[in-house]
Amino acid sequence: MLAYILRRLVMSALILLGVSFITFVLLYVLPADPVRQIAGRSATPETVESIRRQLGLDQPFIVQYGRYLWNLLQGDLGRSYLQKTEVAVLISARLPATLLLMLAAIVCELVIGLTLGVIAALYRGRALDNVLMLSSFVTVSAPQFVVALLLLYVFAVQLGWFPIGGYGTFAHLVLPALTLGILGSGWYARIMRSSMLDVLRADFIRTARAKGLGRGRIILGHAVPNAILPVIAMIGIDIGIFMSGIVVVESVFGWPGIGQLAWQAIQRVDIPIIMGVTLVSAFAIVIGNLIADLISPLIDPRIKLR
Amino acid sequence: MTAAAPSATQGATPGAIGPAPRGPSVLRRLMGRKLALFGFLAILICVGGAVFADWLAPFDPDEQFFDGLTIEGAPMPPGPVYWFGTDLLGRDLLSRLLYGAQTSLIIGLVANGAALFIGTLVGVTAGYFRGITGTVLMRFTDLMMAFPALLLAICLAAIFQPSLWIVALVIAFVNWVQTARVVYTQTSSLAERDFIAAEKTLGAGHGRILFRHILPHLLPTLIVWGTLGISTTVLLEATLSFLGVGVQPPTPSWGNIIFENQTWFQAAPWLVFIPGAAILLLALAFNLVGDALRDILDPTQQGRD
Repeated sequence: MLAYILRRLVMSALILLGVSFITFVLLYVLPADPVRQIAGRSATPETVESIRRQLGLDQPFIVQYGRYLWNLLQGDLGRSYLQKTEVAVLISARLPATLLLMLAAIVCELVIGLTLGVIAALYRGRALDNVLMLSSFVTVSAPQFVVALLLLYVFAVQLGWFPIGGYGTFAHLVLPALTLGILGSGWYARIMRSSMLDVLRADFIRTARAKGLGRGRIILGHAVPNAILPVIAMIGIDIGIFMSGIVVVESVFGWPGIGQLAWQAIQRVDIPIIMGVTLVSAFAIVIGNLIADLISPLIDPRIKLR
Repeated sequence: MTAAAPSATQGATPGAIGPAPRGPSVLRRLMGRKLALFGFLAILICVGGAVFADWLAPFDPDEQFFDGLTIEGAPMPPGPVYWFGTDLLGRDLLSRLLYGAQTSLIIGLVANGAALFIGTLVGVTAGYFRGITGTVLMRFTDLMMAFPALLLAICLAAIFQPSLWIVALVIAFVNWVQTARVVYTQTSSLAERDFIAAEKTLGAGHGRILFRHILPHLLPTLIVWGTLGISTTVLLEATLSFLGVGVQPPTPSWGNIIFENQTWFQAAPWLVFIPGAAILLLALAFNLVGDALRDILDPTQQGRD
């Protein structure tokens, strides 16, 4: 077990190293020259040259990357040349809002997805099952911004139940969390349905039935708890999909998290900020996958460690 | 892709992966499923609308009509002249949607075709030749999986000035990963099989084995992933365009129609929800057809459990 954990940790660290390399290449080697951005259009060649030296951009590639990596390890994500602020400061100020939204969204996803998955499994092959599975396809195929705008239009503009956007109260949280929850629920519904079907075929369910246990107690007391376990481990993997969703949802609802920060940076082509958010997201994804890998053998001892 | 035609003479091979069943039977079985039929028809309508946009569109998509705006300067709601209403500049929404379908489908086909090609190349190389090249390629694939696709695409689109082809390339660059993984798994299990070993013993070169045996066996997988991938691609293009880093106006795309008209969203919701419904329909259609194809072509996943 310890060897397995260690191996997974080393793998994750290596992947993060690779991620940092790719972001570095995108930031410094590709066309958008940061020096030009700082110096402005009318700068003399001498000014450009001195800024270049100041930033250390005249040094060889590997030296630059080494310094970039060293800064990253100390939590320095570079500077936004347009906002003249540390990217790490901007991101950490907005991280709590994103984490709150993420938590609420995961709760929505699980509640909607697991419920629908269980119902679909119980009505397997019948009309209700088909309708639920089709709707899970719809949620997978729906563009995030259209769902966000639809909920906004119906529940905020027309019905006026929730504020149109912003941050602060519980009412502000409902629509963004629901958008992400609905979009993610189809995926969970499918996994939960097939997990339930596996469990319902298991011997211990037949035993419970043979003991004369009621249908409700068999399903809620025996089948669902066992079927949920493999689904829980999926949450870690789901973080990747979630991180892509926040840019759209936060920008539509004006939720002040790192997704909105990225969206604002897109409008100004502030690449260091976009990169910083990408790097933090990639970090979250790697950690999420790591946790999923570490948790699944604990949840289900039958899973072999590789 | 560029694969040789599936050798229909071989008959069904036992085991997980078989050559593609003959065309007509697949098509007939596809049509037998209501949802797949619905998806197929929706795709036909979109393709028809895009291909014949020049004839079908009632107006020039870029012309700003004087009577296309109300006296207050607001977009016109759907009506007898402008069936789907007009946009913020007084242009006909239906005509823009039809030409926008061209953009979505071109990107869907080009980006997805490129992603499928890269994914197959990486997956087959890593799965068949293995060794250091294979390990490096698959570790790189793992690495790409750690990036959130949308954010990486945004970065790339922001760095290169976005145009139709750049957007297609960016989408291809973030979308080849899943194909590569699936193709890798299948190729490496195929490469272990006896008939490949027998071919090698008979003196067949790598080229013959790859093109006559490996690729035909991968064809069903590629068809399924190719179909499902178009759905992902269409959604990604729409999202990028909605965020302003996709296809740039005045070229209409379903995503940038919504992006342009977002400020009118409360007063003129049709400008957001008609294109939105079009995106959903096209993505759903490719998902439904792809899922049905998976059931039909992949013998290991019989039934829908």
